[in-house]
Amino acid sequence: MSFTFASKFKIQATKVTADLDHRAKIRAALKSYETARDERKAQYQDWQAARHGAASIKWESLNHLDAYLVDFVTKLSARGTKVFWAGNAQEARDYIVALAKEKRAHTIIKSKTMTSEEIHLNEALRQAGYEVVESDLGEFIVQLRGEAPYHLVFPAMHLTRHEISDLFHEKLHSAPSEHPEELTMIARKELRFKYIQADIGISGANFGIAETGMISITENEGNGRLTTALPKVHVALMGIEKVIPRLSDLALFLPLLATAGTGQQITCYNSLIGGPRQSDEPDGPDEFHLVLLDNNRTQLLADAEQRDALHCIRCGACLNACPIFRNVGGHTYGTTYQGPIGSVITPHLRGLMDWKHLSYASSLCGACTEVCPVKINLHHHLLHNRRNAVASRPDPSERAAFRLFAFLTRYPGLVNRLARISRPLVPFVRVVKPILPAPIKGWLSSRDLPKIARESFRDYWKKR
Amino acid sequence: MNEGKREAILGRIREAVRVAAPRPHEGSGRYDSNAIEVPQTSREWLPSVPLDAEGRLNLFREKCSQLRTEFRFLSGQEGAAAALADLRNKQKWTVLGSHHHPMLDPLVQSLGLETLYVEQHPQSKSLERCSVGITACDALIAQTGSILLTARSAGGRALSVLPPHHVVVASVDQLLPDLPAAFELLYEKYGDNYPSFATLITGPSRTGDIERILVLGAHGPRDLTIILLGTNA
Amino acid sequence: MDQLFPSVGISVVRIFEKLGHTVDFKESILCCGQPAFNAGFWDESRDIAVRVLQSLSGEGPVVVPSGSCTAMVKNFYPELFRARSEAAVAEQLSRRTFEFSSFLVDQLGVTDLGSRFPARVTFHDGCHGLRELQIKRQPRLLLERVKDLTLVEMEDQTSCCGFGGTFAVKFPMISTAMGETKSASALSTEAEYLVSNDSSCLMHLQGLLNRQNKKLKTVHLAEVLASY
Ligand code: SF4
Repeated sequence: MSFTFASKFKIQATKVTADLDHRAKIRAALKSYETARDERKAQYQDWQAARHGAASIKWESLNHLDAYLVDFVTKLSARGTKVFWAGNAQEARDYIVALAKEKRAHTIIKSKTMTSEEIHLNEALRQAGYEVVESDLGEFIVQLRGEAPYHLVFPAMHLTRHEISDLFHEKLHSAPSEHPEELTMIARKELRFKYIQADIGISGANFGIAETGMISITENEGNGRLTTALPKVHVALMGIEKVIPRLSDLALFLPLLATAGTGQQITCYNSLIGGPRQSDEPDGPDEFHLVLLDNNRTQLLADAEQRDALHCIRCGACLNACPIFRNVGGHTYGTTYQGPIGSVITPHLRGLMDWKHLSYASSLCGACTEVCPVKINLHHHLLHNRRNAVASRPDPSERAAFRLFAFLTRYPGLVNRLARISRPLVPFVRVVKPILPAPIKGWLSSRDLPKIARESFRDYWKKR
Repeated sequence: MNEGKREAILGRIREAVRVAAPRPHEGSGRYDSNAIEVPQTSREWLPSVPLDAEGRLNLFREKCSQLRTEFRFLSGQEGAAAALADLRNKQKWTVLGSHHHPMLDPLVQSLGLETLYVEQHPQSKSLERCSVGITACDALIAQTGSILLTARSAGGRALSVLPPHHVVVASVDQLLPDLPAAFELLYEKYGDNYPSFATLITGPSRTGDIERILVLGAHGPRDLTIILLGTNA
Repeated sequence: MDQLFPSVGISVVRIFEKLGHTVDFKESILCCGQPAFNAGFWDESRDIAVRVLQSLSGEGPVVVPSGSCTAMVKNFYPELFRARSEAAVAEQLSRRTFEFSSFLVDQLGVTDLGSRFPARVTFHDGCHGLRELQIKRQPRLLLERVKDLTLVEMEDQTSCCGFGGTFAVKFPMISTAMGETKSASALSTEAEYLVSNDSSCLMHLQGLLNRQNKKLKTVHLAEVLASY
């Protein structure tokens, strides 16, 4: 298996990194985001302290997660919410499919939730015979293409307006258009009808508030609000790590998420849902179900060294900053969560041996850690994953190479002499490229070798 | 309902957190020279807000214009009625959606249009016919140009998001300085008896999902108008 | 540095001697152990690092002309030896290890070395120096004082060049794409020299530039500062 995921990644990466159009597209798409984000950050009285504060709040909730979850769930249940604890993806899927059956649903509308991608909920519902419609514009587009989201926050950022126009023309029979505005209106009209029809609305949750028993949903389009207002049944799917202690913590997290995620001061709609429709309210769903998902999160939680990876608020900032992401693109990862955070947590969620290659596919530049609004030590965790992978199953030839290297460092004089001998050979290396080991070939594919100096520093030092 | 799984998951959590993770300033402190003293409130980190009422009002106005929210500061009911009549004529409103509220009732009646009150039309889908939803709110927030409303203060969940235009009527004493104040208000106003739904609305509905280009009116209202009454109505 | 870029070491020695300091070079040290550490082979890395700890025992400051190797000794040695018998020694070494430009500026308070380098240059921040050690200001302060030198900042100046040690050979396609982006930014400044405080970044970028037959030359900060 390990061979498959890693080699798929390499094949795909080779393809996408050579695609200069892709490179330019992603760069252009992120340019306005970067400007907006930097302007917003500059307005904070203290951005670094805000990050630190957010990390401290997350530390507090994760290190006492049991207590906060119990509070959260008790409050929610008291107001009529049905809470389901799902140990893994299968249990969560089964619960939701059974609910759809019980409600005799036909159409299910969804607002953006990466957690549902994680458990492959759409496939399960479709196989059970239900129509599932993604309502976030970007998700709607990739769903029509039969693709996974390209990015945590910008699911369709890899597509141009022309590609989207062609797609709408083909699938929705709409007139072609050059204007993002017209294209958006086509989707709006199409989806309006679905909200009215839908029997069940499925959403995610960005935060769970233990103090009051509410979930918080962040969005810009209003699709999340419609999904949770119109259908008779609302199901929210939430990872157990999303709980924060107090309502007032949102005063920090909401602007932080928006600034880091999209370069906004705060997104357009930040909604709190604390139950089904109450008796004095005119509308809202009759039933509210909350599915709490573990799915190996407790395994990551048990790793104290990397526990902070569960701080993640899925803002996508680390993807945007990551030169690897920008060059290989979101689909190459083959994971639900792309970019640096995906490379860190996927080995925990889906197996270290199958997914360790993502931790090696990094120059460790640290741009991710620098931008992360909740201060996850992302690039050091890539190092930790590498160490753990070696500890459980080292690659024998690599180990031999490093042992030899460690051995040689005991004899700098010997190395010096070897270098003197091999110096005249360097210019000929390219000639014998086909018979060289893979690492040297990799280097030579695009780069010349450096020359070995006529006189080493060591020799210079001795002569003084 | 499924107590078994609940206990299994809680058990795994308790086992997992027996060893505390390094604190943010310990764990990453070594690699991060920005070790910081954490003050008690986010108010000291977030973008600053003027202390005086006029400064706040100006900030709110500025935020609205950045967000493309239509903002009207009017001295009383009459001015508000005239502003709404103007919008009615310009946008050719046919059906209004609203909820009963002492500040809204006279305004809505003055428009002389067919009106669906959510109290009488609990089927939120019928609001689909409305040209506009007119609501009250809990508070306005100067720091971000946001509106805080709940299912109880603003006629449920759909009225403020389903029609293509959302008009909010508020009085000037509802203008709060910042987000921490907004959550404080929510907490204190409702105690343990929360409405099932609250939302912070910041500008008209928008998306950037096509080439990261801003488009207004994605799924929610394309137009958002705030009418702020200078004297308490 | 020893075999591939000896002039960097020679320049460092010249600069400190000009400032009136004595320099010692530990001939027993070949490498800090970072390649093995980064690859996940912490035991092999410790094997090398232990000997570095022994060779560098004592009190005086240790100056390293590479942000990356400095970060290894200063930031990662304490982690590598955490809860081991060498922990205290590693911590002590960490405290007295400095990257070359930050040592000059922050420890010695020197920015003007009387150097002259008549050229248009652009500066690349090695990621380890920049993000592990927060070194950004220091090399620029030093370059600003060099006579006849024009410093032009490139677009996306803090983005990674794509070297990343074994990453460059394990994922050459990604490393190359990153390097291409970086060298394109450097080339568009129309500088004659691309300066950095990290030789490994420069080796990677020079390799790319040579292959593309570009005239832009890479040079280490110390070499610029040792020109008079
Ligand atoms: S790891 Fe940090 S930067 Fe990346 S998505 Fe999560 S919160 Fe955002």
